Amino acid sequence: MNDRLFDVWVYLSASPLAGLTLTLVAYQAGLWAFERCGRTPLVNPVLIAVVLIIAALKILGVDYKTYFDGAQFVHFLLGPATVALAVPLYNQFQQVRRSAGAMLAALAVGSMTAAGSAVALGWLFGASERTLLSLAPKSVTTPIAMGISEQLGGLPSLTAVFVILTGIVGGTLGSGVLNLVRVTDWRARGFGMGVAAHGIGTARALQVNETAGAFSGLAMGLNGLATAVLLPVLVRVLW
Amino acid sequence: MLGPITILLVCQLAGEMTVRVLALPVPGPVLGMLLLFAGLLARRGVPRPLTEVAGGLLRNLSLLFVPAGVGVVAHLGRLSDEALPIAAALVGSTVLSIAVTAWVMAALLRRGGKEPGA
Repeated sequence: MNDRLFDVWVYLSASPLAGLTLTLVAYQAGLWAFERCGRTPLVNPVLIAVVLIIAALKILGVDYKTYFDGAQFVHFLLGPATVALAVPLYNQFQQVRRSAGAMLAALAVGSMTAAGSAVALGWLFGASERTLLSLAPKSVTTPIAMGISEQLGGLPSLTAVFVILTGIVGGTLGSGVLNLVRVTDWRARGFGMGVAAHGIGTARALQVNETAGAFSGLAMGLNGLATAVLLPVLVRVLW
Repeated sequence: MLGPITILLVCQLAGEMTVRVLALPVPGPVLGMLLLFAGLLARRGVPRPLTEVAGGLLRNLSLLFVPAGVGVVAHLGRLSDEALPIAAALVGSTVLSIAVTAWVMAALLRRGGKEPGA
């Protein structure tokens, strides 16, 4: 019997099926909790899934690399999903074109606020230089953020973690913050989410309103571009 | 279902290759999004199957961030050593930039004219 259990264990740890299934099951649990709590953004399915998976990996003594061998199939879909953002963007193109001026101004202000305030707050509370440089691109979508971080001298994998945490913070608190500053325009709400909280903010915006989702997806792409171009120059001048 | 997936992957691949050939500071998928967008503009409409597949992917967009999020485990040491500055920077800066960006945009939109269809 023990031998057979061992065989099962060997199979599971060698096959990508376990990591993949664990990801989906944990996310379903997160979604279930989200629905049960009346779809409040304060219950974030990504956060719940991440915590459950980390707990499972710790208990089973499985390392991240082994887990990722399976989970990479989910991770891979981020690429096609980003391409798919062209569809809501196209559907909302009339609105996007009409608000282009306001969008570019908000992008410039938002992009610099996101990077500048992260570094300033981190510095104020005594973060190390490595951490500060890894924090700077935290509002940008993961692949661009990792590239910028490397260019600046940060740790790309640490930046990836900051990016996800930023998204979770934005997805969780974003709606409340937007209500607090009394922004009711869906275009502006979505754009703010996309600039500050990239894809996870966009996922949240899409849940609420298609216009907000389209502006958020566009904001995510634009802020990636703006930060990739501006931040390395800014850091070289100021550092 | 197969058609739209092929379209998405072709756009992504074209994006990835262009980015590498021209050494652009943009990820391939973002350029792929612009390519697909240009294609939709040229075609003047979204084919129904593409609407369905794109909608399915985007409805579950947050699931796709879970594997990268679990990467937190590799940095637990640094995260707990610098917990306060990291938490302050992430929460403070994210909240601030959502508020500032949306506020600036809403103010400019109000000045520019009425919100259509709101």
